[in-house]
Amino acid sequence: MKMTYREAMRQALHDALADDPRVFLMGEDVGKYGGSYAVSKGFFEEFGPDRIRDTPLSELGFVGAGIGAALGGMRPIVEIMTVNFSLLALDQIVNTAALYRHMSGGQFSVPVVIRMATGAGRQLAAQHSHSLENWYAHVPGLTVLAPATIDDARGMLGPALQDPDPVVIFEHALLYNFEGELSEAWRNVDIRSAKVLRPGREVTLLAYGGTVWKALVAADLLAAEGIDAEVVDLRVLRPLDDATIMASVRRTRRAVVVDEGWRTGSLAGEIMARIMEQAFYDLDAPVARVCSEEVPIPYAKHLEDAALPQPAKIVASAKALLAKG
Amino acid sequence: MIEFKLPSLGAEMDEGTLLEWKIRPGDHVKKGDVVAVVDTSKSAIDVEIWEQGTVWELLIGVKETVPVGTVIARLLEPGETPEHAAEEKQQRAAAMTPVASAGAPAPAALAGVIEARAATESRQRTSPAARKRAAELGVDLARVTGTGPQGVINRDDIERAAASNAPAKNRWTEMRHAIAAAMARSKREIPHYYLATDIPLVVLSRWLAGRNEGRSVAERMLIAVPLLKAVARALARYPEFNGHFRDGAFVPGSSVNLGVAISLRQGGLIAPAIRDVDTVGLDELMRRLVDLVARARALTLRSSEMTDATITVTNLGDQGVELVQGVIYPPQVALVGFGKITERPWVEDGRIMVAPVVTASLSADHRVSDGHRGALFLAEIARLAQDPGKLDEPAVGR
Repeated sequence: MKMTYREAMRQALHDALADDPRVFLMGEDVGKYGGSYAVSKGFFEEFGPDRIRDTPLSELGFVGAGIGAALGGMRPIVEIMTVNFSLLALDQIVNTAALYRHMSGGQFSVPVVIRMATGAGRQLAAQHSHSLENWYAHVPGLTVLAPATIDDARGMLGPALQDPDPVVIFEHALLYNFEGELSEAWRNVDIRSAKVLRPGREVTLLAYGGTVWKALVAADLLAAEGIDAEVVDLRVLRPLDDATIMASVRRTRRAVVVDEGWRTGSLAGEIMARIMEQAFYDLDAPVARVCSEEVPIPYAKHLEDAALPQPAKIVASAKALLAKG
Repeated sequence: MIEFKLPSLGAEMDEGTLLEWKIRPGDHVKKGDVVAVVDTSKSAIDVEIWEQGTVWELLIGVKETVPVGTVIARLLEPGETPEHAAEEKQQRAAAMTPVASAGAPAPAALAGVIEARAATESRQRTSPAARKRAAELGVDLARVTGTGPQGVINRDDIERAAASNAPAKNRWTEMRHAIAAAMARSKREIPHYYLATDIPLVVLSRWLAGRNEGRSVAERMLIAVPLLKAVARALARYPEFNGHFRDGAFVPGSSVNLGVAISLRQGGLIAPAIRDVDTVGLDELMRRLVDLVARARALTLRSSEMTDATITVTNLGDQGVELVQGVIYPPQVALVGFGKITERPWVEDGRIMVAPVVTASLSADHRVSDGHRGALFLAEIARLAQDPGKLDEPAVGR
């Protein structure tokens, strides 16, 4: 069945709300407005103001409220409008949600799901366009997800709500309008593994979230030039699925990590380090990365495009590893 | 100043050993003169010089081994003084020192620096995956052409090189690996015990001399043959030394197939089997031994010969050792060794005499046999070796 990423996410939320009375959705404009990205359109009417709760512009407050509700036995889904705004709630997420199991000696867990939009590409300017997934992927106690496909948008929320500990889900803003086929596989989606989306022999393109489709486009472009690229969707940013990453890199012996985060201190850097640690002797070339330029994401379209990883940059990077540039 | 470097005398040569200088300082040489004799591991070769001059310094001594390209002598160009040459030598040495001195370098020094840098930059780059694969396949990286960025050797290059290499190229490495694996396994798994006994060969030598009388050199029987036969016959009475240890249990051999350890000229060792040694006559055994050694050295053995042996016999007598304490070749359970046959004082019937004596030794697997039976087995070999007339008779017992 063909549907948009937005619709897949909407169905996932609808299922969760319909199936479990402990689940409720909370965030800025999720109710009467239907969500900043229209993911919860119609929910307010269907489930009522108790379960679809509009919040004031106070991330620290309402994320904290969500954590409290989770401690109290609810299964809250807290939506933050963009990752930029989530920094206001970092204290609650990092110092409270991620730590309570540890601080209470295992007596309390925080089964909260925090969803947020991330990424650039829609000319929303610097304060709405950054990719800070790595900030969260750094923190023990969190599971960090980056659904990039229709199946994952539809399937990841269920296991995230089942998880007894906090789960952060990053939804790339550019993906909401993407349309694709929903396969039956969505029912068996896990929140622990990476996935080979396109098998190839000569170079592995490792990507997540908004860069996955760019990597797939790059793989098509490379194929046209006779280079057989594999695309791995990381899917889960914490914990990283080393086994799938290394298996792919060992097969192809070359890797390009594609990450919309800034290069310095990026997840790409972490993945490269792991490849060095675990697969160095299987490499035929230094691991490469394509990241965002180290600037605030510009508003102007041509500058925004230039600042972000693009298929052409990925292609050039892969070709450099193969001496086919 | 002319620097005379050790030339490459063939594609395989990467170093040479000086056997002899044909020149001395002060000698005048001209193009085509033989200046040295160098051993290249294949043969001794007369090395010629292609320039004219006066020998100034010889830089290596006889028996010294140096890589191809090493400066082994310096010559003065026609009309050049030793003082000038010394100065030039100093400049060249300074140029090779990586620390740059203040001020503009002399032209000669600059050239040296550039040369040195070029040498570093031309270092062959090899990817980690390629290095690993090359080690697995025994591919010599120096012979591989890189096709990666900036000429990096990648794993595909190794695979291609391995596929195009004649297998003979790596045969010795592979043989070394095979020996290493088998011997390491043996010492890891087999609890060896070792016994030895001296056997006087007065009777056997005399018997052999009589038998070889009137035969041409090619037809003469080697003393190894009756010794091999004695081992085979002794095994008929002590079958626990003949067979294989498999899956935790001893499986006796259905026939006596003697593995004969043959060292190869290129290095390495091979122990192919002569089948049914207990039932063949001595002349036939001699014929088979000669054939086997020739084919082993030509590496044209049949695979069955490589796996059939039920025990190994090794003879290091030619190398002058008296006692062999061998390592059993798994899954066999015993190895018989013979040392050098030497004339020694020997006491028999209260009389002292000079007799040819060989030390026979046994390495055996203690999981299968004990020292007591091992001693009896060695004694039986000794008894049979001293009764050569009966060695041609068919085997009895089993």
